[in-house]
Amino acid sequence: MTYVRDPVRIRKILGSKKQFIMGDMAAAYGGLVAGVGFFGGYPITPASEVAEGMARMLPRAGGSFIQMEDEIASMAAIIGGAWSGAKTMTATSGPGFSLMMENYGYAIMTETPCVIVNVQRTGPSTGQPTQGAQGDMMQTRWGSHGDMMAIALCPSTVQECLDMTIECFNLSEKYRHPVVLLMDGEVGHLREKVIIPDEDEMELIERVEATIDKDKFIPFSESQTQPGSKVPDFPTFGSGYHPYVTGLTHNDMGFPATDKQPDHERLINRLITKITDDREALTDVEEIMMDDAEVVFVTYGASARPAESAVRMARAKGIKAGMLRLKLVWPFPEKVIYELSKKVNKIIVPEMSLGQMVHPIREFAAKDCEVTMAPKVGGVMHLPIELLKYLEEAVE
Amino acid sequence: MSEKEMPDMGVLREKYLRKGMLPTIFCNGCGHGSSLDYTFRAIEELELDMDKIVFASGIGCSSRIPGYINADGLHTTHGRSIAFATGVKAANPELDVIVFTGDGDATGIGGNHFIHAARRNIDITVILLNNFIYGMTGGQVAPTSPKGTIATTSPHGNLEGAFDISNLAQALGAAYVARWPVSYPYQPIKSIKEGIETKGFSLIELMSPCPTAYGRRNKLGNIQKLWEWYDDHTMLAEEYDKINDYGTEAEKAALEDKIKIGVFQHIKKVGFFEAYEEQIKNLMANDDKKWGGV
Repeated sequence: MTYVRDPVRIRKILGSKKQFIMGDMAAAYGGLVAGVGFFGGYPITPASEVAEGMARMLPRAGGSFIQMEDEIASMAAIIGGAWSGAKTMTATSGPGFSLMMENYGYAIMTETPCVIVNVQRTGPSTGQPTQGAQGDMMQTRWGSHGDMMAIALCPSTVQECLDMTIECFNLSEKYRHPVVLLMDGEVGHLREKVIIPDEDEMELIERVEATIDKDKFIPFSESQTQPGSKVPDFPTFGSGYHPYVTGLTHNDMGFPATDKQPDHERLINRLITKITDDREALTDVEEIMMDDAEVVFVTYGASARPAESAVRMARAKGIKAGMLRLKLVWPFPEKVIYELSKKVNKIIVPEMSLGQMVHPIREFAAKDCEVTMAPKVGGVMHLPIELLKYLEEAVE
Repeated sequence: MSEKEMPDMGVLREKYLRKGMLPTIFCNGCGHGSSLDYTFRAIEELELDMDKIVFASGIGCSSRIPGYINADGLHTTHGRSIAFATGVKAANPELDVIVFTGDGDATGIGGNHFIHAARRNIDITVILLNNFIYGMTGGQVAPTSPKGTIATTSPHGNLEGAFDISNLAQALGAAYVARWPVSYPYQPIKSIKEGIETKGFSLIELMSPCPTAYGRRNKLGNIQKLWEWYDDHTMLAEEYDKINDYGTEAEKAALEDKIKIGVFQHIKKVGFFEAYEEQIKNLMANDDKKWGGV
């Protein structure tokens, strides 16, 4: 018996439409609303509340939760569950995310839809478990070996933790790709008001299941039913299509092609361009006071909150400051950054790390636009007053 | 052994092999092909629907087996197949899940997953092909290599003790545990059948000879010698246990050189997902009562 999403039951389990909850729990809510049928997880601060919420609620909705033996197993299990037809999810933080990297690559290589919530904490290694950070931005993009593309969203509010989890599932189903919700410990443990969307207030995207004649089915190539789509139709286990799913380089039929250069090149290019072809359509940014801005923050996640305050403080002082917030960080919004850099004098990048997203921003900004970092590490958020200084110095 | 007339190998091949994947990667004398044959015969006797079986595997020679089977196949990362299989089964408990794994895959890199799936009594059938060596990578010492084994990474002789995988599974309370050399054709078929039919975690450990990577360096390069070694170094469980309990000191000392074979455990237990479905049913019924129906 596979899981069948019952929206009425899910809403009754979640309770009232407006609630005051923490970011981690909002991610669990988002997963339930999106229709997650299997969650595999392992305890880790500051992400454990996502698993705890799922353990409590998911079986009541008819789905299953298993606390796996480690994060490697969690990632493995959600990939297996996805092939049985369920929407699947896990949640972790830096050390667990590091352990997931091999199977994250496997999910990319085998085009397996699933969602990973990463409530980032300070690193490297065990770091500061209870303190938030933004140190896994690059690991998400480059952490597994080989060539790959990532899809990742970054919430700044508890409401976004819920809404973006749903969006992660939609993107994961659409592109058949493991999608990462890059929260940080600050947003994860923050409590705010959330409004749970009703059925008519959101869109849910489901994977395109294979329907073509079984003897004509090509499991790892362009879609055979959606014209122009590079995402193959999904042959759910148990439906009789008998796909061979392997992390080895494979040809269109899914058979190993480990010594065939053209097969590898074709496969990897499709896995990347199925996402990057839609780079501009996927781009999702929020602009604050950008119309006449001359010096701007480009930021994301928890850092956007003090950055926005700093921009308002600067405006009160007559500084033409603005902010661009990246809601979707991968695939990187190259064009938006380039166009922004043509309009402004300086881009400052506040991050809770010694600088990660600043690098692609610098890469895609026009040469004559200065791009600098505004780092803060040690598990403490930037203060608005600290960020205001960066703006003041920029216009001196 | 069976009431059913077994079709000849040609018919079985036609029915069960994924022909696009042939030829296999297996060397001459490798026992993995026999294991595949025994699995086909077990499935044929049970009259299972191949659309409803998922074959999962990790990395290594034995893990290539699902590729040769015309069914859903999940060839995963090294050591992790049992964790993947847990997810496959969790999301659709109606599927039968058979895991092909090797000794290095299941007890070296993947030992933790093996332990926990057995402890949870996850309803899967694990067919573990134990060849005492890391074969695919060219013959490195394994957690199962007997003491003294010459391997590329134990060129002076292995000093470590060998893992008794079946004994481990037994200790964890696995519902079904059996070990046979592939040189015994009928017992593995029967055990695979029983393993599939058993609710909960089943382990069928098949001793599968590797003349290329193990035998060659250990004076067992000739397949006939390897099969003779199996005959000389295995003992049926009943006899083994009798000596262990009542034998003379000299007889007991001789057991050191023997590997116990047979069906070690076959117990009725509620499978994990059976219990889980029951819990879900009760939770939903409680909610329905509380809410007066959804």
